[in-house]
Amino acid sequence: MTAIIDYGVGNLFSLTCSFKAVGADCVVTGDPNVIRAAEKIVLPGVGAFEDAARKLRQSGLDRVVVEQANLGKPLLGVCLGMQLLFDESHEYGVHKGLGLIPGTVRPIADVIPSGLKIPHIGWNALNFPAGKQRCPIFADLNEGDCVYFVHSYYAAECGENTAATAEYGAPLTAAAWKGSVYGCQFHPEKSGDVGLKILKAFCSLGE
Amino acid sequence: MITKRIIPCLDVKNGRVVKGVNFEGLSDVNSPVALAEYYSSCGADELVFYDITASAEGRALFTDILRETAQRVFIPLTVGGGINTVDDFDRVLKCGADKVSVNSGAIKNPALITEAARKYGDQCVVISADVKRVDGQYRVFARGGRDDTGMDAIEWIKKCVSMGAGEVVLNSIDTDGVKGGFDLEMLRDVCGSVNVPVIASGGAGKSEDFIDLFKTLPWVDAGLAASIFHFGEVEIKELKTLLDKNGIIVRK
Repeated sequence: MTAIIDYGVGNLFSLTCSFKAVGADCVVTGDPNVIRAAEKIVLPGVGAFEDAARKLRQSGLDRVVVEQANLGKPLLGVCLGMQLLFDESHEYGVHKGLGLIPGTVRPIADVIPSGLKIPHIGWNALNFPAGKQRCPIFADLNEGDCVYFVHSYYAAECGENTAATAEYGAPLTAAAWKGSVYGCQFHPEKSGDVGLKILKAFCSLGE
Repeated sequence: MITKRIIPCLDVKNGRVVKGVNFEGLSDVNSPVALAEYYSSCGADELVFYDITASAEGRALFTDILRETAQRVFIPLTVGGGINTVDDFDRVLKCGADKVSVNSGAIKNPALITEAARKYGDQCVVISADVKRVDGQYRVFARGGRDDTGMDAIEWIKKCVSMGAGEVVLNSIDTDGVKGGFDLEMLRDVCGSVNVPVIASGGAGKSEDFIDLFKTLPWVDAGLAASIFHFGEVEIKELKTLLDKNGIIVRK
């Protein structure tokens, strides 16, 4: 079973529907015991980093997520949920993340040429780092497959944990991967068949 | 780079797609869910559901349909029509909408834009404007293009963006239904300096009109149309192949 963590941030309807569409047995939950019993964990999130990080801590689920990730249970962060996986974010101040993947969340505006619109909204192509093992959740994808992005901040300094980038005036981190922890900046649940392939691959990890 | 988006718009009334749909091979062409699935499979980048129902029963049917579509179609869904309060945002977002487009509701109460943007983020709030040339001015019209508000469109769009609208749909009443191409002049004059994504609407009659749009105004992010897609006059798959051949980056 896959546990989609409900910590009061955003709307989990589409995410749940997309997991169901790939045949996943999933549950939306804020119950630590259900999360501990699940085979896989999904950390969603929309909105501002500070607010989401605070809600996750207040719910106490931050500790459960870190504990389970450290046990090697597959964890997928989506959009803001992906940004929460990193050390810290510089969105309106400096805020601490879960520290599961080294890196810092910074404004896109820092790296892209002026004149490009922010947020980065729309379908953009995924590029996979050359000469590196393909991240398993992208096993069924082709270089250049498009996914749907909506974000104004991105994970910087991901180094070797960068699993995919998207070109928007600069190569922005589209996905990160460290051990059993995965993060997608884009919305797989809104990325058509390509997105569903990613979710299916995540659900099939370890099978 | 980010791709140009092709967006079919479905007008829904009492749970059915209205405004002529003519497809072979679709058993129920007036079913919004079937049509949404069809467009998604053809490569549509996003769908707009426009609720033109006036009754409470129609509203309830609309959200049922939205929910059913969101369970089966995994591309961004934008909902418009009858959005007057933050509760209206809430109602459609809970049923699977990703973005909500406001038009007359924002004209009546511009604070709605800021209120919704604070609650759901700028990216969720789309300002849709129906604009027509009147006395040498670009004028904003309300209530589906029926009422001249007297407002200047350039100022109005600027104001909406500064209040938190994350995307702009500019619908030219002058070219809407004429099928002679998008209103490039109006788009340039009204949205030329807008720093959020701009969606062109009104006037597309053939595939070449989309090429003209993206070649002439490379900062326009998307083209929206309804009947030419519904009637199969323009097939999205072929349109995208043609755009690609013309050097316009699209999602294949």
